[in-house]
Amino acid sequence: MKRSLLVWIMLLGTFLLGACGDSRMHSQAVYMLVDTSGTYAQEMGKAAKIINYLLATLNPGDSLAVAKVETRSFTEKDIVAKVTFDRRPSQATQQKRAFKARIEEFSKDIHGSSYTDITGGLIQGAEYLNETKAGIKTIVIFSDMQEELGKGTVRDFPIKLDGIRIVALNVTKLGTDNADPRIYLDRLSHWKARVLKAGATDWVVVNDLDNNMESILNTR
Amino acid sequence: MIDRNSWLFWPDNVALSILTLGILAMLFLYAARKPMHGVIHSVCNLVTQSTRFISRWLFLSADSLRLRNQAVLLAHSQESVASMIDREFERVGNIIRKDMQEFPALQRKLLEEATRIEEDYRRCGEVPPPPPEWVDALESISQLKSGGDMPRKLLEDINKSIQKIHDKTVSEYRRSYEERHKILKGMQPVWRSVDRLMGEMDKKMLTLHSNAKQIDNDMTKFAGMRAKDSKTEHALTVSAFVQLAISSLVMVIALGGAFINYKLIALPMSEMVGASDYITNSLRTSDVAALVIILMEASMGLFLLESLRITQLFPKIASMDDRMRRRLMLASLIFLVILAAIESSLALMRDMLVADKASLMRDLSSSAPAATEGWMSNIPMAGQMIMGFVLPFALAFVAIPLESVVHSLRTVVGVLLVQIMRGLGFVLRFTGVVFRRFARVLELAYDIPIVIPLMVERWVVVLRDNSAVKGQVKSGSAA
Repeated sequence: MKRSLLVWIMLLGTFLLGACGDSRMHSQAVYMLVDTSGTYAQEMGKAAKIINYLLATLNPGDSLAVAKVETRSFTEKDIVAKVTFDRRPSQATQQKRAFKARIEEFSKDIHGSSYTDITGGLIQGAEYLNETKAGIKTIVIFSDMQEELGKGTVRDFPIKLDGIRIVALNVTKLGTDNADPRIYLDRLSHWKARVLKAGATDWVVVNDLDNNMESILNTR
Repeated sequence: MIDRNSWLFWPDNVALSILTLGILAMLFLYAARKPMHGVIHSVCNLVTQSTRFISRWLFLSADSLRLRNQAVLLAHSQESVASMIDREFERVGNIIRKDMQEFPALQRKLLEEATRIEEDYRRCGEVPPPPPEWVDALESISQLKSGGDMPRKLLEDINKSIQKIHDKTVSEYRRSYEERHKILKGMQPVWRSVDRLMGEMDKKMLTLHSNAKQIDNDMTKFAGMRAKDSKTEHALTVSAFVQLAISSLVMVIALGGAFINYKLIALPMSEMVGASDYITNSLRTSDVAALVIILMEASMGLFLLESLRITQLFPKIASMDDRMRRRLMLASLIFLVILAAIESSLALMRDMLVADKASLMRDLSSSAPAATEGWMSNIPMAGQMIMGFVLPFALAFVAIPLESVVHSLRTVVGVLLVQIMRGLGFVLRFTGVVFRRFARVLELAYDIPIVIPLMVERWVVVLRDNSAVKGQVKSGSAA
């Protein structure tokens, strides 16, 4: 009897120790950059759809942040909403509802910016993701990937994106791209080379948002 | 790059190079013939001896394992048959104590009934009518020779009196018969009661008889086991195989139940221990927690059945004194009920979580809320809760097939091991025989490429022998 009690206590101890393991290594963190410059601001409906997809797919313990790409994006002020979901599913569901409400509020009051600082957003995103200590880190860029920097904005230096997946979404073709597709292809190649050089683990482009949404996340 | 023709003596003349190489190889093989034959012979001999040795060891081990299996099987079976005989004797004892105790009363009752029947029977005996006393008077009157009308009148009067007496006697006779019939009618329930009592006695005797027959059968089995009868051993082995098959089937069904149980509580467990905690890369803590709960239920069920003496996996529990055993039984039952209640509440929580997530998904996809179906929508929830409460108890009974598996698996694995060892032994023995013959085949195969030098050798030997014979003949003739 005493021995079996001891076995149960040991089992419970192991179980509790297991429960105290590092959970962050198995969680995902997603930082979504939403381009609000020029005509791209009109694509906010699609961005909301992607955010809803992320909310539906992410699990308790995962982190999500949505930030806008503006004239200068290397600032916390550009983060529209951020959350680390609770470990309990019921609480995580409540947080997801609140997050959705916050995004809806933001999409109603959107202002187009004059310039597009994607690099600043990437640096800010990498900082956020590294702080979460998540096992899988992803930066989702909802933009045409046409960077336009304002006067005095310096971004031509090597950046660090170690261990981060970069997913470019809805990379629309500009008027000039239609005239010469090489511009579009060069733009994508330039970004691919730049993020991979910065240490990113993967570069993915998803333009078919209706059928290829699952490529956004590296599901467990 | 390596030249393809680098191995040729004369790359320009391939045929000559190959011929030279062939002759050299032949000469080498011929020179190495004896040592090579020795090597072939030694290797084959080594393989033959080793396989024979291993095969013999396997056969001996199989035999000793079979004896060990037999001993274990018979010991275990003797134990179980002895307990069955014990139980049968206990039953017989109970019958005798309970039913035979009533036998004196029953016998007394039967005796009373028999006495009553006898008395009644005696009472209803037929009473013959008294003989007519006037017959002599009639005879005297009939002998009178004269007297005028006197005798006629007398006879008429007598006739009247006789008629009256006759009527009276007949009515008396009928009344007496009526009474006797009444007595006989009154005997009917007594007869019935006697019949019922006899039936009851018969039934009890029949139960006792069937128990005695069962004991007889068990005793025959027991005697067979004691005598280490091969027929009994075979029957027990077959029975172990059948038992293992049946128990495994029940275990598989129980595993299905456990899986459903697991599915029922895995999601809500994440609410308790967190959904993002992992023990290994793919093993969630909540899944392990759900599994632990199920295993705990199974263990409690095991202890419960063990303390009820239905199973006997733990000798320590079986040898506990009754008070302690009852306490253990109560404790396991309480734990089981608590776990069942926890599981039921987890099932409710699961339903709530699933509904909440479905509602969130609807919100995210901006689709219309699902129409409520009133009380109908509560049926799955109630079903889950009932299942959550019932499944732990159902799982508790897994201890019975588990015990069967544990006991029969020993026999089955033992028999299979013996067969495997014997099979392996046979294969090795056969390999040994093949290698013994193979040595000669290899030697002959080796001689094929060097057939020309061998022919030359034979020719030289014959020539030498001939010259030796000739030399002997010459020296003989000279002498």
